Amino acid sequence: MNLVATAAVLDDDPPLLSVRGLGKSYGGALGCRAVSFDLWPGEVLGIVGESGSGKSTLLNCLSGQVAADAGEILYRDRMGATADFLTLPEPKRRALLRGEWGLVHQNPRDGLRLRVSAGANIGERLMAQGARHYGDIRAEATGWLSRVEIDTARTDDLPIRFSGGMQQRLQIARTLVTGPRLVFMDEPTGGLDVSVQARLLDLIRGLVDELGAACVIVTHDLAVARLLAHRLMVMKGGEVVEAGLTDQVLDDPHHPYTQLLVSSVLQV
Amino acid sequence: MTTMLSVEGLSKTFTLHTQGGVRIPVFAGLDLAVAAGECVVLNGPSGAGKSTLLRAMYANVLPDAGAVRVRHQGRMVDLARAGSRAVLQVRRRTLGYVSQFLSVIPRVPTLDVVAEPLLRQGVARAEARDRAADLLARLNVPERLWALAPATFSGGEQQRVNIARGLIAPMPVLLLDEPTASLDAANRDVVVALIAEAKARGAAVVGIFHDAPTRDRVADRLFDLVSAKAA
Amino acid sequence: MNAPDTGYNFAYLDEQTKRMIRRAILKAVAVPGYQVPFAGREMPLPYGWGTGGIQVTAAVIGADDTLKVIDQGADDTTNAVSIRRFFQRTAGVATTTETEKATLIQTRHRIPEARLGEHQILVYQVPIPEPLRWMEARESETRKMHALAEYGVMHVRLYEDIAHMGRIVKSYDYPVRVNGRYIMAPSPIPKFDNPKMDRMPALQLFGAGREKRIYAVPPYTRVESLDFEDHPFEIQTWSEGCALCGATDSYLDEVVTDDRGGRMMVCSDTDHCDKRRAAGHSGPMAAPYGETPR
Repeated sequence: MNLVATAAVLDDDPPLLSVRGLGKSYGGALGCRAVSFDLWPGEVLGIVGESGSGKSTLLNCLSGQVAADAGEILYRDRMGATADFLTLPEPKRRALLRGEWGLVHQNPRDGLRLRVSAGANIGERLMAQGARHYGDIRAEATGWLSRVEIDTARTDDLPIRFSGGMQQRLQIARTLVTGPRLVFMDEPTGGLDVSVQARLLDLIRGLVDELGAACVIVTHDLAVARLLAHRLMVMKGGEVVEAGLTDQVLDDPHHPYTQLLVSSVLQV
Repeated sequence: MTTMLSVEGLSKTFTLHTQGGVRIPVFAGLDLAVAAGECVVLNGPSGAGKSTLLRAMYANVLPDAGAVRVRHQGRMVDLARAGSRAVLQVRRRTLGYVSQFLSVIPRVPTLDVVAEPLLRQGVARAEARDRAADLLARLNVPERLWALAPATFSGGEQQRVNIARGLIAPMPVLLLDEPTASLDAANRDVVVALIAEAKARGAAVVGIFHDAPTRDRVADRLFDLVSAKAA
Repeated sequence: MNAPDTGYNFAYLDEQTKRMIRRAILKAVAVPGYQVPFAGREMPLPYGWGTGGIQVTAAVIGADDTLKVIDQGADDTTNAVSIRRFFQRTAGVATTTETEKATLIQTRHRIPEARLGEHQILVYQVPIPEPLRWMEARESETRKMHALAEYGVMHVRLYEDIAHMGRIVKSYDYPVRVNGRYIMAPSPIPKFDNPKMDRMPALQLFGAGREKRIYAVPPYTRVESLDFEDHPFEIQTWSEGCALCGATDSYLDEVVTDDRGGRMMVCSDTDHCDKRRAAGHSGPMAAPYGETPR
């Protein structure tokens, strides 16, 4: 089984992100090991596995929250230059995380400023990029609130007064406002009611499509993975045990662990 | 005659690791070529492997051996060996598939569900919706349902939405897995007409049809899995 | 009066400590707006009363300096009087209330109205030196933000003001950008005083005692107040002039005159007000000059 699905038979534009041999161990304990994959613009890659499989460690390494101790994360930036994220100087790394990359945390409280208004939460990334026109920033903020289906009358409310689903949608707006080319999402629908999940899934899919962003989504929910991801990587014990097209992996799983995972899902 | 889709030496065995590694051989060494404008119906009893073969043609199931070649923008691409991204491109532009069941995000309105394959090909939203509306009307899906998500529809309505979604984009190769199973006679006629139109514009069609009269109306020839496996 | 107390080193601090503080000041002058940590000493007054300012003053004051100390613009408040007496007794220097005659001015919460000159040094007492603290609690992170000039969050607070009040209501300790680089807290001076900092001929030194930070704005350095293009920085204005001297271009304080709601607006800079009245200016509530002790 070809774990690195790279055979770009039909056109050969270079990937946006090339991860090679990425690894992280915590003391003696393994976080993740020898992870390699490529990601192209507009592609959604799902990472599935149970708790402790290493999928969160992998996402944390990719999004710069945890320092990987092996491998490369080659990223091709807006100007077309490719550099290893892991060896990039800190100012550039932080600039990427503020602009071309976006991170959606599982818990929206980790990704929002709860004590400033919804509008300011969205505007912050714009202001961080140098926007200095209040009217423009506000127009952009309200525009994004309606895109994520939050009543614009709530623009000046504090997110601490929002429901969990609204907070998550606000976090997504805050992340996507700068038009990131690469978005990481950690269990974006975790902790939400099922009824809210569907709406959020639809929203995420629409926005990612619209922006043409590449997206890495970590989830333990195979249904979420099926609906959002073009490709899947299945992780177990810190390693990728199977990878491929989402429907291929879910409908014709080869690895014993994937088969177990797929057969354990309750059918509704 | 231009071959649009071919299967060469195709073999598939499922290995069920969760059940003690049981091996279930489905077929081995299958060969089949389908030309433009031709409709081939897969034939054989339940369990003969018709669905698995159709899914292998869509690269939903990976064969153990052999090739699945699809003519994509003038070139034959082997889906068994192409990378995920190539397969996705072939599916977006060339290879259409109508599954037995509709699987979509629960909240999306029917009209958008049907229009989506066109959007992915770059057709403007308004035009895609117009064409989706035409097709839904033709398949007798009541207009009052178009703005609703199909999750609550009856089986027959869902299946017609599914067919509309599968046939809206003029794909050069179409794979149909029992598209007429839960339809009444009138709607079956519509589907038969749609298949005829696809053939007329040069599409290669491979399908599974359990109901014999429909099968006979659409099929140019049958591909019998039992005799193919025996051969 | 000017004979210093015996038993103290000149200006209270020992020479080693002064050297250490002067080094910090030099560094601060070299990197305008950058907060330089220093080994702050215990001073014979509590934190919050100007321990940072006093240490800076003690480190730069010389025997021939003339010292002025103001608190909220006034020379005669407890804090100003105490600090002035402290340096009279430990350094024996001349003191004054007249802005023009001072070579060294220690201030809390104001910049004098009179334009300062190259021969003068203005020492600010600073309670909270970190302008990013409101958005970011971690010191390690704020240092990184300064180092990388990641200042987008500073505008979030101004945005919130406009969103909720329709304008920027922050009226004191209004953040500034120094020399096009570091964002700096100007200490709790009213934003009315911010424009005076820009290209000021005098050297401006800032001392934060509790947080042990020194920063500086060298003479003639650019100091810009943060704002939005469509909500430009504005200073406070008053509909009336000073009730005593009639000034319409100075910062006014509200003074309650009785318990029946009576009030008057007067210059916060007492020296400025006195000088104007001595020159014959008067406001609507002024008694003839010399008859009202302030």
